[in-house]
Amino acid sequence: MTAAVEIRQVAKRYGALQALADVSFEIAEGEFFGLLGPNGAGKTTLISVIAGLVRADAGTVRVLGADVVADYRRARRLLGVVPQELVFDPFFSVRETLRFQSGYFGLRGNDAWIDEIMHYLDLTAKADTNMRALSGGMKRRVLVAQALVHRPRVIVLDEPTAGVDVELRQGLWQFVRRLNRDGHTIVLTTHYLEEAEQLCARIAMLKAGRVVTLDSTRNLLDTFSGLQLKLSVDRFALPVVDGVSVLASQGERFTVRLRDYVALEALLHSLREAGAEIREFELAPPDLEEVFLRVMRGGEAAEAERGALA
Amino acid sequence: MSGFPTLLYKELVRFWKVAFQTVAAPVLTALLYLVVFAHALEGRVSVYDGVSYTAFLLPGLVMMSVLQNAFANSSSSLIQSKITGNVVFLLLPPISYLEFFAAYLAAAMVRGLVVGGAVLAVTAPLVPLPLAQPAWVLGFALLGSAILGALGVIAGLWADKFDQLAAFQNFVIMPLTFLSGVFYSIHSLPAFWQALSHFNPFFYMIDGFRYGFFGRSDVSPMASLAVVATCFAALALAALALLRSGYKLRG
Repeated sequence: MTAAVEIRQVAKRYGALQALADVSFEIAEGEFFGLLGPNGAGKTTLISVIAGLVRADAGTVRVLGADVVADYRRARRLLGVVPQELVFDPFFSVRETLRFQSGYFGLRGNDAWIDEIMHYLDLTAKADTNMRALSGGMKRRVLVAQALVHRPRVIVLDEPTAGVDVELRQGLWQFVRRLNRDGHTIVLTTHYLEEAEQLCARIAMLKAGRVVTLDSTRNLLDTFSGLQLKLSVDRFALPVVDGVSVLASQGERFTVRLRDYVALEALLHSLREAGAEIREFELAPPDLEEVFLRVMRGGEAAEAERGALA
Repeated sequence: MSGFPTLLYKELVRFWKVAFQTVAAPVLTALLYLVVFAHALEGRVSVYDGVSYTAFLLPGLVMMSVLQNAFANSSSSLIQSKITGNVVFLLLPPISYLEFFAAYLAAAMVRGLVVGGAVLAVTAPLVPLPLAQPAWVLGFALLGSAILGALGVIAGLWADKFDQLAAFQNFVIMPLTFLSGVFYSIHSLPAFWQALSHFNPFFYMIDGFRYGFFGRSDVSPMASLAVVATCFAALALAALALLRSGYKLRG
């Protein structure tokens, strides 16, 4: 089957900065795919190369088989991009904006679909409002609507929820999930890791222009992340147990990392054997933030960085 | 279908929505020039025999309005889109660089011709003008607006800030227009300045345009046509090369 997006050995350099280096991977049709990485990792550059906004120095990108340079007309018809910046044309209303965007894709008489998108994005009441008069959240919805006017099969969202309130974020994700259920391929970059964890079935992590890990979200959580346990017991030291490492301790309170549930078993067993009494016990499941930090730190304990990301 | 008609339409709507500023204001400016210069210089400056200074001046002012507004349209539209970032909406759809150029060029020409036509229409009852060769009038108006439209595309692509564009306008477009023979016949100039004027492409646009009205000109209209057509070809190719390379649009 043709990949929704096929990226082959893409490289891009800006002066001394290697924005992308030998990036290769595929996104299957119908996937909900996440592209994660810290600021400056190359996410937006990669998306821009896919969208034809930036020309790669080397490598090729195809959207459903269409090369984004050689066959750009077909590639761009298949692709809808929601840019990261909150941009708009102050001369026009919401409806005019969407009509013009349809026209740029060579579509005439697209009003039925435009009305439908506005309905789903809760824009109908603002259809004839000038773009300038809209709130930031509303402008963001118009950006999403603009990306959909030509019914693209592959939809790329570049940090669509940056600076968007919770309610809108939920509504937006509901809508994007629906698009995905209807068969659209979704590619998402986001800083909110819990969003990626909830939405994306597969995730690529970028660091300094390279893909450092690419796997299903499930596998990433299983492989990289352990459990984190906070407990306090009636002693100043914990027994040494395989798969258990103490991250921090303060008197009788400990924060430990457990490799898995077997390690948890073993720890509880040792504590029981030693006759220790557990006073507090709080177990946190693995989360993507943990995975992310560990990947970015190259596997080091990420605990110290926890605060920095949030 | 192509995105060209929509992009052209958008560019037309863009200036028409603010027509007070983009059409009415330049028409008023041209009228002020006409009134002031005609008052100050009528009878004091010799131009063509049997042609009043005011009548001589008017086609120059019309062409000046055509040129300046054609330039203003493509250049300001592009730089606004670049600075606000909404140029991305034109870069994501399947619009070729040729379609892109054609739309900006055509809109610039329309704006130039609308303003020039309005200046003519408003002054028609005040200043009777002959119309010796209408085809030359139209031909030079089209080519002149196309040249400045193409130059506006180049300047709009090149400039990163509004003041750079203003500098281009004030230090390139304005001197070239003012020294092109809008206000005088270059035959009235000292030999050195007369010779220098022959290196100013704007001179040929004005002179050829004026020929269409009076059937008289400082240089042969065919020569002017050749210069003007060459200028357009060169600027259009330059603008197309920039757009094709993605200069300042596609990183």
